[in-house]
Amino acid sequence: MSTVPYDHHHEAAGHAAHGHGHAPSFLKTYVFSLDHKIIGLQFLFSTLIWFVVGGMLALGVRWQLAWPWSPMPILGNLVGHAEGGQIPPETYTMLVTMHATVMIFFVIIPVLAGAFGNFLIPLMIGADDMAFPTLNMLSYWFMWPAFIVIGASFFVEGGAAQSGWTSYPPLSALFTAAPGSGTGQTLWLIGVTFVGVSSMMGSVNYMTTIIQMRAPGMTMFRLPMTIWGMFITATLQAFALPVLTAAGFMQVTDRLLGTGFFLSDGATANNALAQAGGGQPLLWQHLFWFYSHPAVYIMILPAMGMVSDILSCFSRKPLFGYKPMVYSIGGIAGLGFIVWGHHMFVSGMNPALGLTFMVSTMMIALPSAIKTFNWLGTMWGGKIQFTTPMLFSIAFVSMFIIGGLSGIFMAATPVDIFIHDTYYIVAHFHYVLFTGTAMAVLGAIYFWFPKMFGRMMNDQWGKIHFLLTFILMNCVFFPMHILGMRGFPRRLADPYHYDTFRDLMPLNQFMSWCAFLLVGVQIIFVINFFWSIFFGPRAGRNPWHANGLEWQAPSPPGHGNFDFQPVIYRGPYEYGSPEVDVDYYPQTQPPTGREVPAAKH
Amino acid sequence: MIKRFLRWMPSFWALLFLAVPVMGVATFVLADHYNIWLPRDVSEHGRTIDQLFFFILYLTGIVFIVTEVVLFYFAWKYDAKHNSKPVEFSHGSHSLEVVWTILPAVTLLFIAIYQMDAWAAAKMRPPEIPFTCEVTGRQFNWDFRYPGPDNVLYTPDDIVRTDGNLYLPYGEEVLLKITSADVLHSFFLPNLRLKQDVIPGMDQKMWFRATDGGSFDIVCAELCGWGHYKMKGRIHLLKPEQFAAKLEELRQEQNTMRVAEAK
Ligand code: HEM
Ligand SMILES: [Cu+2]
Ligand SMILES: [Cu+2]
Repeated sequence: MSTVPYDHHHEAAGHAAHGHGHAPSFLKTYVFSLDHKIIGLQFLFSTLIWFVVGGMLALGVRWQLAWPWSPMPILGNLVGHAEGGQIPPETYTMLVTMHATVMIFFVIIPVLAGAFGNFLIPLMIGADDMAFPTLNMLSYWFMWPAFIVIGASFFVEGGAAQSGWTSYPPLSALFTAAPGSGTGQTLWLIGVTFVGVSSMMGSVNYMTTIIQMRAPGMTMFRLPMTIWGMFITATLQAFALPVLTAAGFMQVTDRLLGTGFFLSDGATANNALAQAGGGQPLLWQHLFWFYSHPAVYIMILPAMGMVSDILSCFSRKPLFGYKPMVYSIGGIAGLGFIVWGHHMFVSGMNPALGLTFMVSTMMIALPSAIKTFNWLGTMWGGKIQFTTPMLFSIAFVSMFIIGGLSGIFMAATPVDIFIHDTYYIVAHFHYVLFTGTAMAVLGAIYFWFPKMFGRMMNDQWGKIHFLLTFILMNCVFFPMHILGMRGFPRRLADPYHYDTFRDLMPLNQFMSWCAFLLVGVQIIFVINFFWSIFFGPRAGRNPWHANGLEWQAPSPPGHGNFDFQPVIYRGPYEYGSPEVDVDYYPQTQPPTGREVPAAKH
Repeated sequence: MIKRFLRWMPSFWALLFLAVPVMGVATFVLADHYNIWLPRDVSEHGRTIDQLFFFILYLTGIVFIVTEVVLFYFAWKYDAKHNSKPVEFSHGSHSLEVVWTILPAVTLLFIAIYQMDAWAAAKMRPPEIPFTCEVTGRQFNWDFRYPGPDNVLYTPDDIVRTDGNLYLPYGEEVLLKITSADVLHSFFLPNLRLKQDVIPGMDQKMWFRATDGGSFDIVCAELCGWGHYKMKGRIHLLKPEQFAAKLEELRQEQNTMRVAEAK
C-alpha cells in the first residue's frame, strides 16, 4: 500500500503548474478555485449556512402553530416587524414557502450533488479532477445570484414569495393575489432558475466525469453506490430540469409580459383582471411536478448511496446485493418520470389519469423496498461497529422505512382524497427528507470529514449529537402522522380557527418544544465540526479501514488527488474477504493470489 | 453471571432502534385513546375510504414492525462487541432477491387494483341528477348558489348565499358543481372524506350520499393567500324535508331582501 507522505503528492501527480516556488494566491486557491475538493467544500459551507437560515424559518412556523398570534421572541422582530413580534398570516405563509424553498433548493439538492458529489466523485473513481473544472467552478458561482436574489426577496415590498414552494398559479402569477406575489415572487422564480443553471452545469460535469475519467480497472460495476447515486441523480437533473426552467420562464412572462400560459380566461384576484387568459393553471402543476417528483429522488439517491457505503464499511461485510441495488436505483429513476401525477390526484386532473399515476406510484415503492431489504441484509452476519457515521446510517434505514410506508397511503388514491394537503403529507416528506436525507448527510460528514480536513471529529460528542437529534426529530415529526389522520391541514396560519382542531394545540406545543430543542442541539455538531477542523486528532489516509479508493489518497488530498496512479482490482465492498488477513481489502491492493473456497452466493 | 448478562444484553444503540417500532405503535395506540384519529365519517363512500386506510395501516404496520425489529435484532446480534464469529463473506442471495422483489410487487399491485373501484366511485361516476348546489371559492370565502324551485342554475329564482353556511340533505345523492372565482382553493369536507381543488375557469362535479345529519366544517385545503386559514365554512346536513323547508326559508329571505332593495 502507498505510504508516500502527503506533502510530496504534487510531483507524483505531475501538476507542474503548481510546483514549488510560487504558491497560488489565496483567491485562486480558496475562492475561484478549480479544484473539485475546494468547490465541494464551498458548497458544503454555503449549504450549512443556509441550513441554519432554513431552520430559523421553520422555528417561526413552529412558533405560530404552537402559540398562534403571540409575539415571538427575537425571530418575531425580524420577520414580523410591523406587529411587535407577532407573526401576521401573510408572513406565516411566507415562512412556510421560504422554509421549503431554502431547504430544498439551497440545502438538500446542493449539499448532495454540489458538496458530496464534487468532493467524492473524482476521489472515488480515481480521477485527478472533474472533466470540466471551469464549468465546475461556475456551477458554484451560479449559486450566488440565487443566494443574493432570494436573500434580497425578504426585503422587497410585500416580502418574499408566499405561494408555497410549489408556487401554484394563479396565486403566484397574479400580482394582486397576495402581498408576496409581487416582486418577491419574481425574485423567487429568478432564484430557482439560477439554482437550476447551477445544477445543470454540475450534472453535465458529473455524468462526463463518471463515464470518461474512471481509473484503470474501475468498471461501472466496481463503482461505489455513492457514485451510482450521483450518476443517476445527474441524469435525472439533466432530463427533468429543462422542464422546470421552461415553466419558470413561462410564469415570469405571465407575470411581466402579460402572457397567459397559466391563467384561464377572465382570471381575477382582488377584483383586478389579469391581462391575458386562455391558459390553464393545471399546466403549471404538470410541468412543476414533472421536475419536482424526479427532484425528490435527486434529494435521496445520493444519500442512499452514501448510506450503503457506510453500512457496508461498519458492518465489516460486503454490501448485500450490489447489482439489485444498482438496478433499483435505475428503476427508481425510470419510474420517477411517470409518477408526477400523484401530487395532483385531487387537483382537477382527469381522474382516469389519476389511476395510471396511482399504479406507477405503487410500483415505485418496490425498488425502495428492495433497497431496504438489502441494507438489512448488509447488516446481517456482520461485525457492526457503532461509530457515529454508522449510527446516522442505521437511523437513515430505520426512518426511511417509515417515510416509504407512508408513501403507500398517499399513493392509494381514495385515501389520498382525505390526507392530501394535511399533515400526513408533511410527515411523509419530513421522514424521507429530514430523518432520511439529512441524517445521511450528517453521517456522511462524520464519515468523510477526515478526508476533507485530515482530522477526525470527536466520536463521543458525535454520539451525543446523534442521540439527541434522533430522539428529538422523532418527537417533532412522528406525531404529524396522527395530526394528518385527524385531517389537520398544512399551511394554515391559524389552524385553531377551526374548533375541531383546538384540542390538537397541546400536541403541537410539544412538537414545537422539541423542534426548538432539535435546532438547539445542533450546536454540538457545529462546535465539534469547527473544533475538529483545527484541533481534531490527525487522521491517517484510512482511519476507518475502508476499501474505497478515496481512502488511499492522502488526507486531505492535494491538488490532483492521488500521489500514485490508482489501478483498481475489485469492487469497494470486499470486507472480511478470506483472501487477506485483515478485514478489509482496498480496491487498489493487488490480488494476494490466495486460494479461497468458491465464493458463496 | 453478570458478565454473561451484560454480554447478552443488547447494546444501548440496538435498544434505541428497538424504540422506533415500540414508540411508533404506542403513538398510534395513544392517538386512538385521545381521539386523534380519523374524524367521524357521515358519508357512504367514506366508509370504503376508511376501510382502505385501515387495511393499508395494518399492512404497512406489520411491515414496519417486522423490518424495524429485524433491524434491531441484527444490530444486537451482530454487534462487533459480542459477535465473535467471523463475518459472513456474502455478496447477496439471488433467491432472497427474487422473493423480496416478487412479494412486495404482488402486494403493491394488489393494493393498486383493490382500491380502483373506490376511486372510480368517488371521482369518476357522477350520478345523473340535477345539481343540488353550486360552490364557488373566492379569497377568502365559500359562496353557494342553489338552483331554486326550477332546479336549474343561473335562473332568476336561484338562491345565493355568501355567509359560508351550506345546507344539504342527507340520505340521498347530492351533486355539487364546484369552481373558483380567483385562485386555487380546495373544497375539503373532512367528515365526508371529500376533497377537490377548485380551479378558476373550470367547472367540476362532486357528489356523495351522506348517511347522517349534523353540522361539520368546510376547510380550504389549498393555499390561497394570506387569509387561507380563515376560509372556513359549515356544512349542515338535514333530513330531506327539513332541507326543502330550509331552502324555502332562504328563498323567502332573499325575496324580502330583493323587495327591500327595489323600494
Ligand atoms: C416509497 C416511495 C414513495 C411513495 C410511494 C411516495 C408517494 C408520494 C405521494 C403519493 C405524494 C403526494 C401526496 C399528496 O400530496 O397528496 C408524495 C409527496 C411527497 N413525497 Fe413521496 N413517496 C415516496 C418516496 C419519497 C421520497 C424518497 C421522497 C424524497 C426524498 C419523497 C418526497 C416527497 C415530497 C417532498 C412530497 C410532498 C410535496 C409537497 O406536496 O410539498 N417521497 N409522495
Ligand atoms: Cu412525488
Ligand atoms: Cu385556501
